[in-house]
Amino acid sequence: MKAIVVGCGRVGSAVAQQLLASGWDVTVLDENEDALGRLGDSWNGGFVVGHGMDLTLLREAGIEEADAVVVTTNGDNTNLVIAQAAQKHFEVPTVIVRVLDPARAQFYATKGLQIVCPTAAAIETLVSAVRHAEDEVPA
Amino acid sequence: MYVLIAGGGKVGANLIRSLLRAGHEVTLIEQKPYRFDKLEAEFEHQVIRGDATELFVLERAGITRPPDLLVAATGDDEDNIVICQLARERYGVGNVIARINDPRNQAYFDLLGISPTVSATGAIMGLIEHEVPEHGLVQLLELRKENLEIVEVTVDKGANCHGKRIRALQLPDGARLISVVRAGKAEIPDEETQLEIGDQVLAILEPGKEDELRRALL
Repeated sequence: MKAIVVGCGRVGSAVAQQLLASGWDVTVLDENEDALGRLGDSWNGGFVVGHGMDLTLLREAGIEEADAVVVTTNGDNTNLVIAQAAQKHFEVPTVIVRVLDPARAQFYATKGLQIVCPTAAAIETLVSAVRHAEDEVPA
Repeated sequence: MYVLIAGGGKVGANLIRSLLRAGHEVTLIEQKPYRFDKLEAEFEHQVIRGDATELFVLERAGITRPPDLLVAATGDDEDNIVICQLARERYGVGNVIARINDPRNQAYFDLLGISPTVSATGAIMGLIEHEVPEHGLVQLLELRKENLEIVEVTVDKGANCHGKRIRALQLPDGARLISVVRAGKAEIPDEETQLEIGDQVLAILEPGKEDELRRALL
């Protein structure tokens, strides 16, 4: 199975490493060459340097044969646009995209994109932790 | 008309100025503080500070009315795409115009159905092509919805079609000659019109038929 990870920050690099460890063929794309360092010395997956909006580069990374694309650059809008290209243009079966803004995440989720919103998850966890503390307080 | 503009750089700032002068109602959204301060000094409450890809900012600017037209004129193509998608699909804005900063991103706007688009590089290239056509066909107009385009061809010495009547040309299906400009005078050609050197021929065709048309004419 082949996966492309666009954006090699903390999240992207860890996702790439874990997928590779579980037997996936993984190619990572990042505009900063130094991001390769995040993947560790033992990295033997693919790495392509360039902007994720570059369709030629996405092809070079093998997006046409990919079973899954994970989009985790540091820009919500960039992520949303690349994810839609992966889904509509390259027809990748599984496209997962990170979006930090809960409002945009919610809207694009209604348009068939598989979205992970860490902000929404954090809000939920924080609120439920506080509510839990409330329950613990003796009356 | 009520117009919402995202992005208050050179393009956005001049647009609001022109639209206000023409008597329209306009709201401009600008994110950068230094730009916002200048714009606010000139346009007062008609400028709102914020990120136009945030839903609450768009709503504060009045997108739920909705505006008759939204212009996405920021310096970031991904932002312009998302702004147009939100405007059309979430808020029901009927008309959007998007600025393209990097012409290499045109494919994304096309793929996501965002049109019309305006690109300075594209516009200048169009003018250059018009002045110095490299490959014979100059695109004059693209009717994307109709899936048609109008191109111009100048009949030069050695052109295939020189001296021929239109009915004798092997025009591809889906292409038709609609006008022949000769000595500054435009005529609607028929099957019997004979093409001469110096004629400027306008053709309407389906995109993708350019090469066939070029072979038939040049």
